[in-house]
Amino acid sequence: MNPKKTFPIGGVHPEENKLSSDKPIITFPIPKQVIIPLGQCLGAPADAIVKKGDEVKVGQIIGTAKGFISANVHSSVSGKVTKVDEIMDHTGYRKLAVFIDVEGDEWLEGIDTSDTLVKEITLSREEIINRVKDHGIVGLGGATFPTSVKLTIPKDKNAEFVLINAAECEPYLTCDNRLLLEKQNEFLVGVKILMKAVDAPKAIIGIEANKKKAAKQLHKIIKEDKYFKGIKVQLLQTKYPQGGEKQLIKACTGREVPSGKLPIETGCVVVNVASTYAIYEAVQKNKPLISRVVTVTGKSVKNPSNFMVRIGTSSTELIEAVGGLPENTTNIINGGPMMGKSVSVSEFPVIKGTSGILMMTDKEAQPRQAGNCLRCGKCVNVCPMGLEPYLLCRMAKNNMFEETEANYIMDCIECGSCEFTCPANIPLLDYIRYGKNKTGQLIRSRNQK
Amino acid sequence: MNNYLISGSPHIHGWESTKKIMYSVVIALMPAFLFSIYYFGFDAIRVTLISVAACVLIEWLIQKFLIKGPCTIADGSAIITGILLAFNLPSNIPAWMIIVGAIVAIGIGKMSFGGLGNNPFNPALVGRVFMLISFPVAMTTWPTPRPLLGDAWTDAITGPTLLGHLKEGISQGISANDLMVFENVQELIYSGSLGETGSLAIIIGGLFLILRKVIDWQTPVVIIATVALIATACWLIDPVHYVNPMIHIFSGGLLLGAFFMATDMATSPMTINGKIIFAIGVGALTIIIRLWGAYPEGMSFAILIMNAFVPLINKVCKPKRFGKPVK
Repeated sequence: MNPKKTFPIGGVHPEENKLSSDKPIITFPIPKQVIIPLGQCLGAPADAIVKKGDEVKVGQIIGTAKGFISANVHSSVSGKVTKVDEIMDHTGYRKLAVFIDVEGDEWLEGIDTSDTLVKEITLSREEIINRVKDHGIVGLGGATFPTSVKLTIPKDKNAEFVLINAAECEPYLTCDNRLLLEKQNEFLVGVKILMKAVDAPKAIIGIEANKKKAAKQLHKIIKEDKYFKGIKVQLLQTKYPQGGEKQLIKACTGREVPSGKLPIETGCVVVNVASTYAIYEAVQKNKPLISRVVTVTGKSVKNPSNFMVRIGTSSTELIEAVGGLPENTTNIINGGPMMGKSVSVSEFPVIKGTSGILMMTDKEAQPRQAGNCLRCGKCVNVCPMGLEPYLLCRMAKNNMFEETEANYIMDCIECGSCEFTCPANIPLLDYIRYGKNKTGQLIRSRNQK
Repeated sequence: MNNYLISGSPHIHGWESTKKIMYSVVIALMPAFLFSIYYFGFDAIRVTLISVAACVLIEWLIQKFLIKGPCTIADGSAIITGILLAFNLPSNIPAWMIIVGAIVAIGIGKMSFGGLGNNPFNPALVGRVFMLISFPVAMTTWPTPRPLLGDAWTDAITGPTLLGHLKEGISQGISANDLMVFENVQELIYSGSLGETGSLAIIIGGLFLILRKVIDWQTPVVIIATVALIATACWLIDPVHYVNPMIHIFSGGLLLGAFFMATDMATSPMTINGKIIFAIGVGALTIIIRLWGAYPEGMSFAILIMNAFVPLINKVCKPKRFGKPVK
């Protein structure tokens, strides 16, 4: 393996707290009822094509994608649709969801549910992309961008690398690490599928050094099996946000995605580990995205675990399975502590983007009193995009959106390193998010003129 | 159903806090404080305590009765201003003058701009320079130091600092070499303001802050290097009128200023490039004032002048932007 690499500017190193990294993935029992939201991707929610009383099977499509940036939704269980109604999802908004009462576990015909490894890729490029699209695969790292859109390379561009984001730089989360340890072969076939889909000769798996065991295993398999030629494992320094798309590309290839442009500008297509595994299942096993690995964890949690969960399973059941909600819990996070979203209730359905359910105690998540800015410059030093968070924050506070634009607020990747490091506890990212939103409006209204 | 806290990401926070930074600086100032007690005895404690107490009290009063805001004295920044102000004073300065200095430092230098982080000038230096102009005699007469454990302490003897002695001598046409063999020159080496004489103690404190990542190493190193460079050049060209550069580095307020005052977060630039420009300016101005100016010592003025340039430096020295479009 090559020596460790990293992105060049900024970054922080939060306590890793990978409490569940040694816990094998447990297949979570099928619940009695699932609630499957129709909007599970970044983009338009799907249209429901089932109604109350319909019988569905596992893998059956229940919501069809609406528009280009949208994804199909499939039933994760077999049973009867009891209603299609609004629920409050993890974002706190009310959204349409399909409620299904489970009866048995009957899969749709044509889905291979065996564990046999299928290495040979028989589908063509177009067929792979269509399969990924039909089977509702989205970025499972948390951003939930429809993967098929990513794999559709613009005509004037060329993919040189498939970059697998195995950094898992979020503290606490271990779902990708466990997949890499337990499903290495399936994962690597997934990488080969991606290489074929985008016609890239090379693939790099960027993995943080705190997952050495997984990195070594992968490296060994690749070395021993000629089939995986072209794939390289790249160790990365354990530093946040190593898994930021632009940071990962820079660390692995030395190329810099220009401001406002997509990774394909640098000849890279970046896909997350869980998505790669889901692509393997979709392409080789004809299995739609109906389950994912979820890390259920927290410092006071009795038994932090990794579960293979059917989409739509209630978070309450997962929390019960790790020993219940700790008494001093003040925050529940859907995702990791740096970029995840806090939820107001402990009951919400697991969706495609749920990489973790993190329960935080009052000690960790106490709201902090913000003080005066010391002008210490620490936020400037840690910003991986080379921005000046203190300045953007101050400008956004004063509604100076032309100035925020001139200071590249739209480059911000919202990693939160600035706020994490601020000695005065200033909610920098909250202000910057507000500024980004308003600056975006300003730019759009100007472009319309 | 329970309702949980909703907040924007990130949901965790690092170990840094304003208090930790401020108290690290207080700890870093302790070696120099102990050294000052060793050299100036009880007076060092007297001056420092009065200065700290006055600074903290004034901040509390202003915050409570004028600004009517939350009490901010616990953040430790007033304590630092108090210690730094004391370190810039002769040990025999009367108490009332210290209090006047503290009022100016905290009241005008800091609170009038909105308190911590908003002040454009280093508050301790604002206080010190005000005192230097208002009480020129008291501020430039230093008691000759006597080690605590050495001869009996007497504050009757007063004299100039080494830099003052050299400045006056050279202006009278005496060569630098002759001035250095002056009989009391050994004593003059430790003469000066409270906290500026223990070079080693200051460096130890400074290293602690660098390791603790409260300050960067570039600022002090560049200041010292700039002073050394200009002083060495002058000394090589004209050793009669210019003294050995080591004297410039290790005497006067250079080290204290370089490690503890030019590195003040609020009054120094944000980016490392900006800090280097700032440090070159401080170093150059210091040595220019010392060699060719009216005062034997130039550190305070140099830092204050460069403080005024900080907004401009911040505007010019931007961080390196990731993904800058190639034109």
